[in-house]
Amino acid sequence: MSEIARDVHVKQVKPKKQSSLWWMYIPALLSVLVFMIYPFVKGTLITFTNWNGFSQVYQWVGFAQYERLFSDPDTWHILKNTLLYGLGSTFFQNVVGLLYALLLNQSIKTKAVTRTIVYLPVMISPLIMGYIWYFFFSYDGGALNDLLGVFGISPINALASPSLNPWIIVMINTYQYVGIAMVVYLAGLQSIPKDYYEAAQMDGAKQGQQFFTITLPLLMPSITINMVINIIGGLKLFDVIIALTAGGPGNASQSMSTFMYDLYFKRQDAGYAATQGIFMAFVILIISFCALAYFKRKETEMS
Amino acid sequence: MRAARTKSMRIITLLAAIVACAHFIPFYILLTTSLKAKGDYSSKWIFPADISFHNFSEAWERASLGNSFINTMIITGFSALLLIIFGSLAAYPLARRETKLNKAVFALLISIMIIPPLTSMVPLYRMVVDAGMVNTHAIAIFINTAAYMPLTVFLYSGFIRSTIPKELEEAARIDGAGMLKIFFTIVFPLLKPITATICIISCVFIWNDYQFAIFFLQDQKVQTLTVAMAGFFGENANNLHLVAAAALMAMLPMVVLFLALQKYFIAGLSSGAVKG
Repeated sequence: MSEIARDVHVKQVKPKKQSSLWWMYIPALLSVLVFMIYPFVKGTLITFTNWNGFSQVYQWVGFAQYERLFSDPDTWHILKNTLLYGLGSTFFQNVVGLLYALLLNQSIKTKAVTRTIVYLPVMISPLIMGYIWYFFFSYDGGALNDLLGVFGISPINALASPSLNPWIIVMINTYQYVGIAMVVYLAGLQSIPKDYYEAAQMDGAKQGQQFFTITLPLLMPSITINMVINIIGGLKLFDVIIALTAGGPGNASQSMSTFMYDLYFKRQDAGYAATQGIFMAFVILIISFCALAYFKRKETEMS
Repeated sequence: MRAARTKSMRIITLLAAIVACAHFIPFYILLTTSLKAKGDYSSKWIFPADISFHNFSEAWERASLGNSFINTMIITGFSALLLIIFGSLAAYPLARRETKLNKAVFALLISIMIIPPLTSMVPLYRMVVDAGMVNTHAIAIFINTAAYMPLTVFLYSGFIRSTIPKELEEAARIDGAGMLKIFFTIVFPLLKPITATICIISCVFIWNDYQFAIFFLQDQKVQTLTVAMAGFFGENANNLHLVAAAALMAMLPMVVLFLALQKYFIAGLSSGAVKG
């Protein structure tokens, strides 16, 4: 009976030509066209001018902004920082996140509380997270220096140290988002069938061997996901840097996004800021694409 | 064998407890700092002798947090609403009608997800200035909606493809109901789980947004919590107790919501992050 009914449906519906129903996505498409695509195209045009961001007059300068970008020592230093934020925090988030997931995959009492506390920072604005860590690292009355004082060590001005503060920013970004990596790995671990381990145990495989022959290969999809989202998030890093160091001292901890903000608002150098913006989009695109391709290949190799 | 097992379990429990404590340190420091009076230079690791809540009332007043709360709520609420209505509406044909046009539109939306909105901030800012929309709630709502629209459409269309039976809509169409009516009475209610996820993702992202707000909402009347916090920190860098109290209050709504609806938040945010 039901089969006959379905047959009737199919006959009634199929003959109509499929309509795209395009009017249903007009509002969504329009918002994206106006606020994302148009500015991006226009931004590309601005890179060929010397516009200051405010005046009505500007000149076409051809590729001068790009020449400036590639000959500017700041570009390379800031690119290095951005890569450190992107790749450094990705590395730590994945290693620590995987360790936490392995730890909390055991049936222990403190599991739920620990998971909640590790995940909690994901909820908080990265800007406020930056301020919270400022209380920890600040030179005057920061928690770190209070602690060092107990051991008789003289206080350090960690946030003003150009060699130290990019690493502090990496650490804070890791602290804030390691919860996401942990949850993705936990889900991955729970999807591995238990009998794989039982079979391995019967073959006499040690725990370490089990990890490298079973756990790690089967976690490859989770690894890919974590790598790509953490790389993209880290390369875009902005709020934490503004809160902690504002890119300073000098340009020591500047990332591409904070540098762009500086160029536009503090140095009235809109043409160059837009050029840095396009360069940044390009860098993020290439790196995330390479990472995705690399880990996808690994996935097929290992399975 | 069993004794060895319980012993290793104890070590693991202890390790988990250490991890929890280590991750709690920043919050602990925030708490002790916020409870101390101005000029109290005692170690940040110890609670003050007499706890004072004065910082909270002072920070609330001086950072105009009440006003910022309302602004943040308006912007977050309306953006989430627009994302859900227009996102689900857009996802339906893109998931169900595989015409050439729809495939192209879907590909366009997905490719935008990779471009960080910040990279085109310079022309976007100019455009908003020219339209006279700087320092309005509307512009923050529009830009946040546009920024998270591709992800929303992506999540909705995946859900529609995998879980909504086609027969449902076909049955309704025979009755001659209009497409909009079919969508909102039959399809939309079935999207509840993914709508909850999208609601959580967009609320957390937009509530905490600073990158857009710093460009478009600098006026005190429209500023969001993050912009208010940034300004307040700048003015009170020498009285961190006050800043700590403000930070604690600013993050509290999200923390409370998270603790109450933890399961949904973790599942929602993780799937959003995974697919974003």
